[in-house]
Amino acid sequence: MVVYKLQTPISEADIRKLKVNDMLYITGTMVTARDQAHQRALEYFRQGKPLPINLEGLAVFHCGPVMSKQGDKWVAVAAGPTTSTRMDIFEDEFVKNFKVRVVIGKGGMGKRTTDAMAKYGAVYGAFTGGAAILAAKAIKSVLRVEWFDLGMPEAMWIFEVEEFGPLTVAIDSHENNLFTDVAKNVEANKQRIYQKLGISQ
Amino acid sequence: MKLEKAKIVENVAFNIIKQAVIYIPDDVKQALKKAYAEETSETGKTQLNAILNNIELAEKHKAPVCQDTGTIIFYIKAGTQAKNLEKVEGALINATRRATKEVPLRPNAVDPFAQRNSGDNTGRFIPFVNWEIVLGDSIELTVMTKGGGSENVCVTGMLVPGQGITGLKKFVVDTVINAGAKPCPPTIIGVAIGGGADISMKLAKKTLLKPLNEPNPDSEIAKLEKEILEAANMTGIGPMGLGGKTTVLGVHVDYAFRHPASFPASVAFNCWASRRASARINADETVEYLTRKMEM
Repeated sequence: MVVYKLQTPISEADIRKLKVNDMLYITGTMVTARDQAHQRALEYFRQGKPLPINLEGLAVFHCGPVMSKQGDKWVAVAAGPTTSTRMDIFEDEFVKNFKVRVVIGKGGMGKRTTDAMAKYGAVYGAFTGGAAILAAKAIKSVLRVEWFDLGMPEAMWIFEVEEFGPLTVAIDSHENNLFTDVAKNVEANKQRIYQKLGISQ
Repeated sequence: MKLEKAKIVENVAFNIIKQAVIYIPDDVKQALKKAYAEETSETGKTQLNAILNNIELAEKHKAPVCQDTGTIIFYIKAGTQAKNLEKVEGALINATRRATKEVPLRPNAVDPFAQRNSGDNTGRFIPFVNWEIVLGDSIELTVMTKGGGSENVCVTGMLVPGQGITGLKKFVVDTVINAGAKPCPPTIIGVAIGGGADISMKLAKKTLLKPLNEPNPDSEIAKLEKEILEAANMTGIGPMGLGGKTTVLGVHVDYAFRHPASFPASVAFNCWASRRASARINADETVEYLTRKMEM
């Protein structure tokens, strides 16, 4: 296991150094996007409309934060990851079209995303589910919010972060997927558990 | 100055929502610390360490421990002699709105047809209120703020009566494995059988309010709880599904008698961020906070 500290924009060469199980901390610009922001971004792309921010080399965070407006400034109160599998239907196109280098969330992602990450050079960083204050404390400022009409959780929040992590590299750009490895192990363990509990199949 | 009853209920409900979303109960914290000490997977240990750091930071900054502050569910024990019960539901709705603004909570109530978020955590049947009538003149309020990730993997199955408790064990193990990383493990699991599809889930979910160090008083059921816990932790799913031996922190089992032809079984999950708090309002309007002392 190697610990990496990367600054955005991250190059494809740098991201390809990372391997599954490595630890990653990110400093720089990060945007949040859940189901609806992914959908809208891809719609914009199809229509040839530019996104509110160029995402190349940045990190996208599957997160619906609790934000609070203090005066005319937004502050992140709590900002942990949401379940990433919901974004599996969008992420391959997202990585391909916008060249984000790090996708952050919880719960892992599937083969479509893993293949796209290998092809275009990106990793999936698992952030501890529910660790919302740990995340919020790494958000140094809220640059702005886009697509606020989608509601607070679904809007695209643009953050400046410092040493955001720890992220466990759970999908690297070499077709390795830690969640798939764990699933195989679990499947093998299932037989031992059945045996112990006297379950015949 | 004497507050009217509805205002007292509102204030107490506001306080327990705030306590629940910020402070993880002691029994859960202890279980997480023990898991951290015993976890052998390096990745698993990193996750548990992040969880423990996050709990501490939430307490220090008095901020919600997770950004998903959940769906607000109340469990009310209403004394048969308690007064002004007709005002309780309105007070709970007011408390929910206030907590959304002041704690703050994430607005989590969406109209499923219009796809519109109400913005204040209230809407048709939300917050949901479970009523129980008990002897006495006090009102006990409990709030569970239930995260979406762990709710999405709750399952009710209609099992085959002939397979009995062995069939139940298989159902629970399969459910835990299918849930995988999704409910933010290490989780707490509530299992209930009998009654009917709705009754078993209601009982399973309600057991999530029990502290982890309170096994079922029936020793046979306590043995089953322990057996399911050990089996779940043999899966290797681990903290956040990244591998390890801590998948579940505790298991609670409850039951109702069943119809001869039916064997309903439900498995309810809570993420490690188990958020619950209770308080009792006595007839003389004094208030006792039961999960955590109120900071003045």
